[in-house]
Amino acid sequence: MSDAMHDLTLTLNGQAHAIRVEARRTLADALREDCGLTGTHLGCEHGVCGACTVLMDGQPVRACLLFAVQAEGRAIRTVEGLAKGGALNPLQRAFAENHALQCGYCTPGFLMLGTAILETDPGISDEALVEALSSNLCRCTGYANIARAIRAAADAMSTEGAA
Amino acid sequence: MMDGITPEAARHILPAGPGKVVGRGVARIEDGPLLRGEGRFAADVNFPRQLHMRVVRAELAHARLLRVDASAARTMPGVVAVWTAEDVAEIPPIPFRATKVRGLEPYCQPVLARDRLRYVGEPVAVVFADDAYRAEDAAEMVVVEAEELPVLLDATAPPAEFAPGLDTEPTVVRKEYGEVGAAFRAAHAVVELELSVGRHSGVPLETRGAIARYDASSDVLELHGTAKKQHWNRDEIARLLGRPPNGVHLFEGHVGGGFGVRGELYPEDLLVCAAALRLRRPIKWIEDRREHFVATNHSREQHHRIRAAVDAEGRLLAIDDAFFHDQGAYVRTHGARVADLAAGMLPGPYRLPAYRVAGHFRLTNKTPAATYRAPGRFETTFVRERLMDAIAHRLGLDPVEVRRRNLVAAAEMPFARPLDTLGTDIILDSGDYEGLLDKALARFGWDAMQEELAARRAAGECVGAGLAFFVEKSGLGPSDGVRISIDATGAVELVSGAASVGQGVETVLAQICAEALGVDYARVRVVHGRTDRIEFGNGAHASRVTVMSGSATWEAALAVREMALETAGTLLQLPPSELTIAEGVVCRADGATGPSVTLAEVARRMGPNAPEMRGRTPGLTAERWFWSDHMAYPYGVHLAQLRIDRGTGAVTVERYLVANDIGRAINPVLVEGQIRGGFAQGLGGALFEEFRYDPQGQPLSTTFADYLIPTIAEMPVVDVLIAEDAPSPLNPLGVKGAGEGGTNAVGAAFAAAVDDALRRPGAVTSLPILPAQVRRMLDGAA
Repeated sequence: MSDAMHDLTLTLNGQAHAIRVEARRTLADALREDCGLTGTHLGCEHGVCGACTVLMDGQPVRACLLFAVQAEGRAIRTVEGLAKGGALNPLQRAFAENHALQCGYCTPGFLMLGTAILETDPGISDEALVEALSSNLCRCTGYANIARAIRAAADAMSTEGAA
Repeated sequence: MMDGITPEAARHILPAGPGKVVGRGVARIEDGPLLRGEGRFAADVNFPRQLHMRVVRAELAHARLLRVDASAARTMPGVVAVWTAEDVAEIPPIPFRATKVRGLEPYCQPVLARDRLRYVGEPVAVVFADDAYRAEDAAEMVVVEAEELPVLLDATAPPAEFAPGLDTEPTVVRKEYGEVGAAFRAAHAVVELELSVGRHSGVPLETRGAIARYDASSDVLELHGTAKKQHWNRDEIARLLGRPPNGVHLFEGHVGGGFGVRGELYPEDLLVCAAALRLRRPIKWIEDRREHFVATNHSREQHHRIRAAVDAEGRLLAIDDAFFHDQGAYVRTHGARVADLAAGMLPGPYRLPAYRVAGHFRLTNKTPAATYRAPGRFETTFVRERLMDAIAHRLGLDPVEVRRRNLVAAAEMPFARPLDTLGTDIILDSGDYEGLLDKALARFGWDAMQEELAARRAAGECVGAGLAFFVEKSGLGPSDGVRISIDATGAVELVSGAASVGQGVETVLAQICAEALGVDYARVRVVHGRTDRIEFGNGAHASRVTVMSGSATWEAALAVREMALETAGTLLQLPPSELTIAEGVVCRADGATGPSVTLAEVARRMGPNAPEMRGRTPGLTAERWFWSDHMAYPYGVHLAQLRIDRGTGAVTVERYLVANDIGRAINPVLVEGQIRGGFAQGLGGALFEEFRYDPQGQPLSTTFADYLIPTIAEMPVVDVLIAEDAPSPLNPLGVKGAGEGGTNAVGAAFAAAVDDALRRPGAVTSLPILPAQVRRMLDGAA
C-alpha cells in the first residue's frame, strides 16, 4: 500500500472536479465518494455487471476497473449529466415510457451504455443491439423493455432530427 | 361459501374491469429520481464522522476456531476497533421470525463465529476504520487460527454431529392426509422418481448494506439501507440490543432488488447497530459482490424421492414424497419456512386424495439458505410436473390430457386441502384452471406447433416443447395498515407499513388510492419502509403488498373520501350522496354545473383551528387496516418451445408463454414486468445458475464470471397472458399476488421441453440443465 496522494482534476459532465486520492482509488469510488456523483452504481467491482458504466471520451467504460488517476484529462460523462435542467432526455423518457426499470440499480449503467449506442450507431440492428446490451446485467426486468426503450429513443431522436 | 373465506360484509368491492386509473398501465411514479441518478440506495447513505465496517470471513468450510489474532490489525492506520466473538458475547444469535419449529434454536447463527466455523464466508471478526479501503487493509491482517474438521456437503448423506447432542437434521417437516398406504396397494400403477434442484438464489444487482447511527440527543438508534421487514427487524434489533422498540428506527431508501434474500436480519445488521451504540459514531457497511455470494442467503437446493399411485386413467390416488432440504450451515430468520412451503404446496393444482410428505431439514457446511422468489414452489413445481409427465408416459397419455384429468375444477372452488403451510390452512380461493390451460394452449398454438416440431425433427433438428402448471400463493396476512392524509394544499400522502424492493409499490398503491379518492395518482406521495412514520407493518414479501397494503389503501382512501364528501356537503349545502370527487375537486355527481370545492379547501376546513372541528380529531385523514386469515392463490401455466444444439448441448428457447391468473391486474404493464423479470430468474435457475462447491466446501461460484445470471442474449421473447378470470373473494380488490408466477414453473417447463427434444421421457432429473448434461443425454439418446 502506498500512502502517496495524487492531486488530480476530473472533468465530469463538463465540470472540473479537483480531488486528492490514493493511486488505488477506483474511478467509481472517486465519482461516488469524492465528487458526490452517487448515480454511478457498483454491482460487482470486477467488471462484469456493467452497473458502473460511464462514458470516457464517448466510450462506455467500467468505472470499477479504472483508477481515478487514469481518468485525468479525459471527458467523463455520468448519468447525472443526462437530464438538462431537470428535464429527462429522450432516452430517459423512453426508459420510463417502456417500463425499462424496476429497482433502478442497473439503470444508470444501461442509460450510459444506451447513450453510447445512440451516439455511435443510432441505426443499430436488433442483433447488434442485443450483442451490445449483453455486456450489462439486470436482475429485475428480463431486458426486453430495456432494448425496446433504446430503440424507441433512437426512433424519437431520428424523428426529431428529421423535423 | 366456507368458513373463513367469506369477505366481511361491509366491504366496498372494486367493480370489475378497468377503472379511471386502476387496471391501466400508467407510468411509474418511482422512475424520475432513478433515471436522473438521484436515487438513494444503501451505499449512497453517508453520515459525518462515519466509520466503515469490514467483515473478516471464515476461509474454511468446517473447523474448530482456535484463536483470532487482531493485534496487528488494531495498529493499522485509521483503525478504531476490531471485534471478535468475545466482544459481542452479550448479543444473542440471529432469531427466526417464520415457521418456528421447536428444537431449531441451537442452530441459529451467532453474529460472529464462536468455537466453530461452519461455512466459508461466516463472519469471524469485524474491523472498524475511518475509510473503507483502510478497513479492508486491516481486515487482511486479522489472523484466524483454526483446525479443519470433516465437511458435510450432501443433505442426502446420513446426518452428522452439529454440536454435542445435536445432529445436522434439526427437524423433519411432516404432513399427511388420506389413506396413503391403501392407495398405493390399490394403484393401477406406481410411478417413482428421484429429482433434484440446484443451489441458487436471488442475487440482486445491489449488494446488501447497512448504515447505523446513534443519535444521543434523542436517544434513537437509526438503521438505514433496510428492506422488506422493517418493523419486525426493528423489534428484534431492539430486543437483542436491550433497547425499547420506540428507541430504534429503520429507514428504507431505494432498494436494488430483493427477491427474498434482502431485508432479512443478518449478522451485519446487528453488528453495525451494536457498533454505533458502542463507538458513538455512524457505522457503514457495504457488502462486496464476493461477500454477497457467500454471505447472503442461498436457496432452492432440494433432493426429492417421490412416488405416485395412479389409477388406470392416470388420476392421482396418492403421492408419497421424501425430500432432503439443504439448509446450509445455520437456520436463519426463516426457520423451516422453505421446507414447509415445499411440503404444503407440492400438490399444486391437482386433486389428490391422499398425501404424505417428509421434508428432511438438514444442515451442511455451505452458506445458509432461505427464501428466493417462489420459494418451495419453483422446486416442487419441478418435482410435481416431472411426475405428471412420467405418469403420462407410463400410461401412454398425452401430457396435457393427464393434467386435465387431475386439475381441480372451477366448480370445486374454493377447494380446501387438508393441509397447511405458513400456519394457515390451504384453501384454494378461486380459479378456473382448465379454462386457463385452454386459453394458453390456444394462444401458443400448441397443436399446430406439435406438427411443426415433428416436421423439423424429421428434418434432423433437435426441438421440443413442454408445459407445466403451477399454483402460487400470495397475500399472506395477518394484517397491514395504511394512513392517508390530504394536506391544506390538496397533496395526498399515503403512509404504509409495506416495503418496496423496486417492484413498483408506490405506483400501485397510488393508483388504488387515486381510484377511490378521485385525485391524480402521480400526486400521491407514498411512504413505505419507515418505522418512524407508522407503528406497525408486515413489509414486502410473499407477494403480499398489493393484496394486503393494497386492500388497506382502498379502505383508507374510501374512508377519506367519505369524510371529504361529508364536509363538502356541509359547505356546498348538498347531501354527500349527490357529490363525487374528480381531479381533486368535490362536485356534483350528476355532472350538472353547480358549486364545487377543492380537496385542499376541504382539508383546510378540517384543520385543528377550524371552528367546525372543535371537539373532533382534526385533519382530512384516515387509517384503515386489512386483515386476512387465508392466502389468495394465483395460478398459471408455462409453455416452452426450445431447440438443442447437438454439438454443444446448448439449449435455445424459441418461444415461451406464461399464462397467469392474478385475479386483477392493478397495473398490467407492471404485472407483465414482474412476470418477464420473474421468468428471467427462473431461466437462470433452470439453465445457468448454480452455487458449486469443491470437495472441501470451498465455494466455486463467487464472481459473476462463475455464477451466470442471464443476460439479454439468453432471454427469449416471452409472451405473457394475464388472466383475470378468477378474482380473489378474499379482498375487496379481487387481487392475487403477481410477483412469483413468472419464476415458479420455468424449471419444470424446460425439463419437459428438453425431454421432448431428446425424445427421452424422464431424461431430465435435475436443475440446472447444463450443456454438459445435455451432451451426455444426447449421447445416451443416440
